[in-house]
Amino acid sequence: MLSRSHLKSLEGIIMRLEPKPAPSLALTLLFPVAAIVATLLITSLLVLAAGASPLSVFYLVAKGAAGSQFALLETLTRATPLIFTGLAVAVAFRAKLWNIGAEAQLYVGGIVTVVLGTGALPLPSIVLIPVIMLVAMIAGGLLLLGPAALKTRFGVDEVVTTLLLNFIVLLFVSMLLEGVLKDPMGLGWPQSQKVIAEAQLPRIIQGKRLHYGFVIALVSAIVVWVIMKKAVLGYEMRAVGHNPEGARFVGIPVNRVLMKTALLSGGLAALAGFSEVSGLKGNLTLDLSPGYGYSGIVVAMLAMLNPLGVIASAIFVAGIFVGADAMSRTAKVPSYIADVMVATSLLTMVVAILLTRFKVRWR
Amino acid sequence: MSVTPAPIVNVTSNPVLRLSGITKRFGRLVANDAISFELKRGEVIALLGENGAGKTTLMNILFGHYVADEGTVEAFGKPLPPGDPRAALDAGIGMVHQHFTLADNMTVLENIVLGTQSLWQVRLDRAAARQRIEQLSADFGLTVDPAATVSTLSVGERQRVEILKALYRDAHVLILDEPTAVLTPAETDALFRTLRLLVAIGLSIIFISHKLHEVMAVSDRVLVLRAGRLAGERETKATDRKELAALMVGQEVKPAEVSPANVGAPLLVLDRVSTARHNGAGLDEVSLILSAGEITGLAGVSGNGQAALAALMSGTQRPTGGRLSIAGQAVGDWSPRAALGHGIARIPEDRHAVGTIGDMSVMENVIAERYGSDRFSRMGFLDWKAARAFAEEIIADYDVKCPSPEARIRLLSGGNMQKLILGRALDPEPAVILASQPTRGLDVGAVAYVHRMLLAARERGAAVLLISEDLEEILALSDRIVVMSKGRLSAPSSRGERTIRELGELMAGHGGEGQAA
Repeated sequence: MLSRSHLKSLEGIIMRLEPKPAPSLALTLLFPVAAIVATLLITSLLVLAAGASPLSVFYLVAKGAAGSQFALLETLTRATPLIFTGLAVAVAFRAKLWNIGAEAQLYVGGIVTVVLGTGALPLPSIVLIPVIMLVAMIAGGLLLLGPAALKTRFGVDEVVTTLLLNFIVLLFVSMLLEGVLKDPMGLGWPQSQKVIAEAQLPRIIQGKRLHYGFVIALVSAIVVWVIMKKAVLGYEMRAVGHNPEGARFVGIPVNRVLMKTALLSGGLAALAGFSEVSGLKGNLTLDLSPGYGYSGIVVAMLAMLNPLGVIASAIFVAGIFVGADAMSRTAKVPSYIADVMVATSLLTMVVAILLTRFKVRWR
Repeated sequence: MSVTPAPIVNVTSNPVLRLSGITKRFGRLVANDAISFELKRGEVIALLGENGAGKTTLMNILFGHYVADEGTVEAFGKPLPPGDPRAALDAGIGMVHQHFTLADNMTVLENIVLGTQSLWQVRLDRAAARQRIEQLSADFGLTVDPAATVSTLSVGERQRVEILKALYRDAHVLILDEPTAVLTPAETDALFRTLRLLVAIGLSIIFISHKLHEVMAVSDRVLVLRAGRLAGERETKATDRKELAALMVGQEVKPAEVSPANVGAPLLVLDRVSTARHNGAGLDEVSLILSAGEITGLAGVSGNGQAALAALMSGTQRPTGGRLSIAGQAVGDWSPRAALGHGIARIPEDRHAVGTIGDMSVMENVIAERYGSDRFSRMGFLDWKAARAFAEEIIADYDVKCPSPEARIRLLSGGNMQKLILGRALDPEPAVILASQPTRGLDVGAVAYVHRMLLAARERGAAVLLISEDLEEILALSDRIVVMSKGRLSAPSSRGERTIRELGELMAGHGGEGQAA
């Protein structure tokens, strides 16, 4: 979400912002819709440039995303990691902890899953999977704790530290996959061994790719929603996010709240990595995530940081990716259009959120 | 006078500035309601009104920071395009804001020249600029070293830089927004001398203030704003403070009735406490005793350590030396929670930035100091039913006007916000109360309400520390008055012992440095 200081720097140069009263609920729900419509209009230009008809391209994307049982299941499968990373970002952004490092936390979850899940712990499924999830969450949380501590102790900008950690962790994974975690049977490919059967999440429908990670994601969203709405921690996080100085004044332990936020956010992102390895891929590779951590930011923003909204926006974003793949096969428009659409929807959503809070006067 | 100002465009009797029917709304609040007036050449207009009367909004419209919903501004006979500070500057309008707009890490000269030269100009002609600045300084008594870095300057000097900045740009109209709020009485006198020199060469000045004696001293004409409307216009010579006060508040102000104090045991004791700097000076070995059943008033020019003392008592700042004890016990770990735990109620100076969390609801804000208690939470979950019941109780008991406990607190007026903060702080019947500028920006009714509540707490036996820049408020409520200057406290005086004049001298640091300026 745009901070006031960001807006201030824009002020006076090209426009003037005046605060306005809170919009009604109906209007609030309308903003993501308006943002999506604007996104479609903008991307139409690119589709036209590619020499195709926007309407048929969008139709093909929608059909590819939800036009058949196969398409729908594929979309939900793709939405699963996005729900986790979207929740991770939503939780952190709510407390104004700018976690751009969900990608790194996701990979840490993947590392934990293959380290514990490839036979090191000979436990039955019912014990092994919760243990892996717990350790993955702790590891992901600890990874974000570092940047959070640097922020509260020394004022180091967590946008920079979390962003750069993504590259560090990816290189670390690369090192592991060329070294200790390398699958001896992998024909030299940088990949880990497959996890054992006890460490695998079962498929929801036999023979289809959709796995129980999706159910865990839905439950996580509900749990996070309850925390944000009903729990003391959620209250503290919102207070810290809205006004850290005021929160400190009334006695909320701001730094401790940010630490807890970091643990929760990093833990949720790590579950994305766990769910991808344990439910879908079976092993850890360098392409475990095609940027789910970054897309999580779009998912969270489209949901306006609402944990239940994250479910819907994750399915929407996943649908664009899945649908665009299908569309590119028939319409000869590159599937990169999906990345453009997702990125554009982030920009239009940021503008929409700005318009919910301010009246803009152009100069 | 060796500097001749650039010729003023229209030297007839036409007004240099004409505002017609200016109206500005913020949501439901009408900040300015059809305000019209004219400013003549060589005239000082005082814009008088309580905090929140709409003075600053009006000037921000004039200067192009806000766009008026209705009405027009004319400068030297030409309409001024709305919402364009550049046009206002070009038309010769200079503004000295309440909060200075200087770049701290640059020199005085650089600050003054900033924005006056084309971006494409490679070299800055420092010698010429310096000469011009020194000339202006000498002519108008604005002593300041052009080579000094702004961060090393005192508040009074920074204000002089702001004025120089406007003069350097050939301002013919100078707007000063509450210029004396940060000055000692002696610095104020120096400022007034400068203003007279400026008027003598034909500048026009708008002087914004809520202090009656200053308005009487400096202006030719007074415009009184009340609740966004022009409540009256008087020639300064033909009016007096009493009439202006009545115009300003719209009704006869009845001072709160104060019964004799019934002083009890000392509740909070500072023994040679020092702190780091905080929005101005830090505390320098301050000793102070707050006793039950007594209101202690703390006067002083802002920035002299009041903020540090308030932060210390709020728990947001720890002492770096000395001893703080409460009810006879030296405190160990110190934090906002510890302060609350020791029964200190805090009414902060800035209710928007510190006292409330604007985007959260009334309900979420009233429980903020006690959300962790058994009353409002169980097993890590909040009891929203109890929170709502408490909010409704406070809303009823403290006469808060708000749509519902779920409404965002940002939407409340300043007075209602303050009543909620009072309710939150006073409901647990605290032993010690810190009230920091508790009536700043409130309307008369709300001010009286806050005063009644503080007096009622005193009757109940609470020890109250009232920090205020409003000497009349301090004099009306305090059983004991101390004055803070440069982080140190004067000896206390009891009710009626010192006159305003004597307090003023203490505020200036015994007249030491201030008189010389």
